[in-house]
Amino acid sequence: MRLFKLLIPVVLLLSFAAHAQSPTKYGVGRTPSAEEIAAWDISIAPTGEELPAGSGTADLGAQLFLEKGCAGCHGTNGTDGLAPRLVKRDVGVLENAWGYGRILPIRSPFATTVWDYINRGMPLGAEGTLTPDEVYSITAYLLYLNDVITDDQMVLDQDTLPKIKMPNQDNWAQVPDWFPNQPRLQGYPY
Amino acid sequence: MGSKKQNRREFLKQGAAIAGGAAIGAASKTASAQLEGPERYIHGSDDMVAYGSRSRFVTSERIPHGGRHSPDTFGLDFHIATPLQDQYGVITPSSLFYMGTTRGSYLPDIDPDKHRLMIHGLVDNPLLFTMDELKRLPSVTRMHFVECAGNRANNRMTTVQETHGMTSNAEWTGVLLSTLLEEAGVKEGAEWIVAEGIEEVKGASSIPMTKAMDDCLLCYAMNGEPVRPQQGFPLRLLVPGFEGIFNVKWLRRIKVVDQYYMTYNDYGHLTQDPATAALGYQIGPKSVIVHPSGGMQLPGTGYYQVSGLAWSGGGKVDRVEVTTDGGQTWFDAEIRGEPQPMAHTLFAFDWEWDGSECELQSRCIDELGQIQPSRQEVGEFWNTPPGERIRVRGQDNSIQPWRIHADGSVHNAII
Repeated sequence: MRLFKLLIPVVLLLSFAAHAQSPTKYGVGRTPSAEEIAAWDISIAPTGEELPAGSGTADLGAQLFLEKGCAGCHGTNGTDGLAPRLVKRDVGVLENAWGYGRILPIRSPFATTVWDYINRGMPLGAEGTLTPDEVYSITAYLLYLNDVITDDQMVLDQDTLPKIKMPNQDNWAQVPDWFPNQPRLQGYPY
Repeated sequence: MGSKKQNRREFLKQGAAIAGGAAIGAASKTASAQLEGPERYIHGSDDMVAYGSRSRFVTSERIPHGGRHSPDTFGLDFHIATPLQDQYGVITPSSLFYMGTTRGSYLPDIDPDKHRLMIHGLVDNPLLFTMDELKRLPSVTRMHFVECAGNRANNRMTTVQETHGMTSNAEWTGVLLSTLLEEAGVKEGAEWIVAEGIEEVKGASSIPMTKAMDDCLLCYAMNGEPVRPQQGFPLRLLVPGFEGIFNVKWLRRIKVVDQYYMTYNDYGHLTQDPATAALGYQIGPKSVIVHPSGGMQLPGTGYYQVSGLAWSGGGKVDRVEVTTDGGQTWFDAEIRGEPQPMAHTLFAFDWEWDGSECELQSRCIDELGQIQPSRQEVGEFWNTPPGERIRVRGQDNSIQPWRIHADGSVHNAII
């Protein structure tokens, strides 16, 4: 009996120690390996920190645009397919790039969004098959077609891509800071 | 006891005989005082034992939204609207729930045993969950609507399915995102999350941490059964009150980050105008009269129960008002049931139609005091020049007018 009484605190202590080793409250789920996280994580921040190694040019991208089937849906020149248009219309140089329309490689404030979407969502039916080099090249080609870059030999990589100045980089409205139980726009009664 | 059972068997036998007689023809009507039974019976089958189906007389269907063909040019699904005019109460049947996809897509056919959810980024403990593990965590069951940003009425539309069918409401069950974020341990400087699906475009949205910690829900069930594939089986994120695109389907990954990620979905929301950006985020107070609504026909003068749905992305519906004279006089409608935050709420109003031409409208006032505006009020607020077409900025939450003609026909009265 005395031994039993002594054991209880010891057992409690041991179980507490075991619990304390689990970093989470419920101890459900497991820790993914660094390799698993790297394989799953395809997010690309506007600052470009997740961009992978590799490089490409618009010159190489022009060839890939045909080879990878982009032209099949978006048209040979990215202007006349069934899929969304990829090149701004010939309306001269506009002061406000929003006037070019909803065309990703000219409207997007960041070149990283163009890279990210090609990487995650293209080409239709074969998503996720492009290599980083190919994504850099196709991105460069689309930026070149929209006069965002003017040199078809310019090398895009994890350093140069996030530095590209898109015409709308500073020309978009941030969503407001969100807090619970707040009207959606100050001063707007509706 | 035994004789009672016997009596019941006799009764059932007789019932079958009567039913059989009725099926052969009315001429063989018995001399009994009972009313005639149904014309025919649905024969039981193993399939019907396993899973029920609706009556062949109920033919309510979803339709492609906005006159765009679905499936689209690529043979993929696009946007389809729920038949609000056929719905009773506030639950949208899962098979009629509205649907929108970011690009138009085939539905991922996911084996839930193989599905995983990863939470990583600016956290102390990155975690990987199986579906079974997620279901072990504390759960909540809540009513919430989802609404597409494209749920925008115009004067070319006829029915309420066309004007308002891109919203639906369900009872959702799952784990609060805050529970998972607390498990993972959010680090200093983590201001946003990026939620990502597993479909072909791996649709991803940036969501503020304040919202993620408030009421976002990782749902594995809707309306008492696993979430349907069109709604993100086996796991969907619910961002109550935010525009539809934030409610990531086929959810596989949550990355905790320090900045707005400007994903392709975020880019799709992009605008130059700060007011439009703010108004296209959390959905405003909104309502629509469903009975009667466009395309319906009142059979004659007399009593009608005017009824409809009200909701708000800002919280609970506080009040709903109804007018029958085009907005000159407003009456409080009766709220049916207890309003839930960010959920469709039923309202009703007793009305006596005298047969004259008139216009019915409803407006929602939510618990934040936000008032659903008429299009004219929106135009005045933004100083829209007279004669210029009024466009409601952000999500369109303007009042829907229905005009009743003297012949009882009901028409969309948007100018």
